[in-house]
Amino acid sequence: MANAKKQLEISDEVAIQITKMNKWFGSFHVLRDIDLTVQRGERIVVAGPSGSGKSTLIRCINALEEHQEGLITVDGTVLSSDLKNIDTIRSEVGMCFQHFNLFPHLTILENCMLAPIWVRKVPQKEALETAMHFLEKVKIPEQANKYPGQLSGGQQQRVAIARSLCMKPRIMLFDEPTSALDPEMIKEVLDTMVTLAEDGMTMIVVTHEMGFAREVANRVIFMDEGQIIEQNEPEAFFDNPQNERTKLFLSQILGH
Amino acid sequence: MVDQSFVRTEIVPEKSAPLSEAGIVGWFKKNMFSDIPNTILTGVVLYIIFMVLGNILPWVFSPTWNSVSLTECRSILAEIGRDGHGNGGACWGVIRERWLQLMFGFYPSELYWRPVLSFLLLGVALAPVLFDRVSRKILFFTAVYPFICFWLIWGGSIWFPVSVFTGFIISYFGFVIGSKSAGSLAGVLAAMALPIIWWFVLLSPVNSALNSIIPLGSEAIDSDRLGGFMLAILIGVTGIALSLPIGILLALGRQSDLPILKGVCVCFIEFIRGVPLITLLFVASTLLNVFLPPGSNFDLILRVMIMVTLFASAYMAEVIRGGLAALPKGQYEAADSLGLDYWKAQRLIILPQALKISIPGIVSTFIGLFKDTTLVSIIGLLDPLGLSTNIRADMAWNGILWELYGFVALIFFIFCFSMSRYSMYLERKLATGH
Repeated sequence: MANAKKQLEISDEVAIQITKMNKWFGSFHVLRDIDLTVQRGERIVVAGPSGSGKSTLIRCINALEEHQEGLITVDGTVLSSDLKNIDTIRSEVGMCFQHFNLFPHLTILENCMLAPIWVRKVPQKEALETAMHFLEKVKIPEQANKYPGQLSGGQQQRVAIARSLCMKPRIMLFDEPTSALDPEMIKEVLDTMVTLAEDGMTMIVVTHEMGFAREVANRVIFMDEGQIIEQNEPEAFFDNPQNERTKLFLSQILGH
Repeated sequence: MVDQSFVRTEIVPEKSAPLSEAGIVGWFKKNMFSDIPNTILTGVVLYIIFMVLGNILPWVFSPTWNSVSLTECRSILAEIGRDGHGNGGACWGVIRERWLQLMFGFYPSELYWRPVLSFLLLGVALAPVLFDRVSRKILFFTAVYPFICFWLIWGGSIWFPVSVFTGFIISYFGFVIGSKSAGSLAGVLAAMALPIIWWFVLLSPVNSALNSIIPLGSEAIDSDRLGGFMLAILIGVTGIALSLPIGILLALGRQSDLPILKGVCVCFIEFIRGVPLITLLFVASTLLNVFLPPGSNFDLILRVMIMVTLFASAYMAEVIRGGLAALPKGQYEAADSLGLDYWKAQRLIILPQALKISIPGIVSTFIGLFKDTTLVSIIGLLDPLGLSTNIRADMAWNGILWELYGFVALIFFIFCFSMSRYSMYLERKLATGH
């Protein structure tokens, strides 16, 4: 992982722009006045205590959750609060979930080929080639004809990454991708994500893996109570946190 | 302090299991005679089985196959020294004499080949649906089969089923042409409007014209001559084939975000489930005519088929809703995040899994539906039970009970048990876990 980010370029082009975004679950105000601009090629880690709204934030970006106020622009497409343009945005944005969410009734290969064939209308043969290409990239081409239930957690999460990549997304969202994994499997998933970062993918990662944040991220965002409390480059964020809540959080997760 | 450090240098090799664990002796010892209470229970159960079979088997093996009346049965049994009145033996003559009637009702006997042929063709039509090793091309036959079956059983002019089927072809081309020229909404509208115009306006003049030009057809059979297992299978198969798709749509409608659609589905499901099937059958036999335009002659069997289908659909919807609810939310989210729209997500991701979970419930509903077809005897249709009552009213067989109902039960059991075994086969085939 060392020095992975040093040679990575970040362009001036804006990939995601969030302005004054607010969201409520019933009467509970989960996200408050979120302003965030993500440039193409950025690798952002979102950290924060549980219930702070970090998952909800990235789930709003591909409209798995609807927001009530504010504007989200992804790749120039506006996702206004009336949920227009959802399909355009979802096909540009890939997402990996904490519990993988592979389709258990389909083989690994079918999992990877389904969306390109049915959404992008890619011919069968081309979809197969793409799927095998990305399965090789996540280093499990030999599992292609097994079912998800036959794979380990780490393998399943790598398949989930490959499945998203098959749609050729320009942005990848990761929602706690390693939280449901056994410790010895975390590394293989993180390694895959590092490879992705080295290829220049724009990534927003919600995670508690602070080592990954330090090595790969170019920006760390700390959230609490539905607000962005602090954001900075990883060195500054970890070595010299400004806000009291950030300090408390870091002392709790890095304490032992 | 004891030194606790230990490093294994050799792996212990595998040994074969002791005899008490594997083999027949081991199995008996483990499962039937493991301790004293278990041994006593084994003995008691074996004794009960012996007593039951010891009484039933002599009754079943009774030399009365050729008898022509119950009186003759009794004298045959008395001659061989058995109790002639009651439990001495079965009187199988009634089955020999009347089994064709139990199968076909009052269908003309010289035309029995028509229902038999349609039953055989039913097997062909079902094969590609039930087993995926069968060529997909046969599915075309499956689509045409209902019309062939209708014509084989009811007979009459061939142009009627052909022109009804033409309505579906018109619908298909209406969709293709409409969506190509003016978008998918126009396609759907054309697919719905054109066949309705065809069926309700053009069908009867076209039909009579074709009949006068080329009078092709076979002897028409009235609905009241249909009966027996033929009737039960007709109603059962129609109900099964239609209640599954309708049930799926109702279940999806009930989960929908659209309040009116959801309300309609909930009302339909709750109303149908809250009313006994017999009530619906009475509605079908008497009340439905009130709502239909005067003079329209709507076949009673068709009305019953519709009611049985609606009844089963409501139950089916709830069974499938259970399957939908059992799916983790993540499956919906994963499908959404890949950009699949609602119908694609349902068809490719959600329904294959939800239906798989619901297989036991779906097949239970099918079995229940098939057995419920016997209720039509109450509104005067001659299903196997209705016929049994008729046969018992015959002087020669007055007093027969067990033989007829046993025979009917056996046939029903064969069908229902096959369905149950098929569902278990399907569950094994679809298992993709470890």
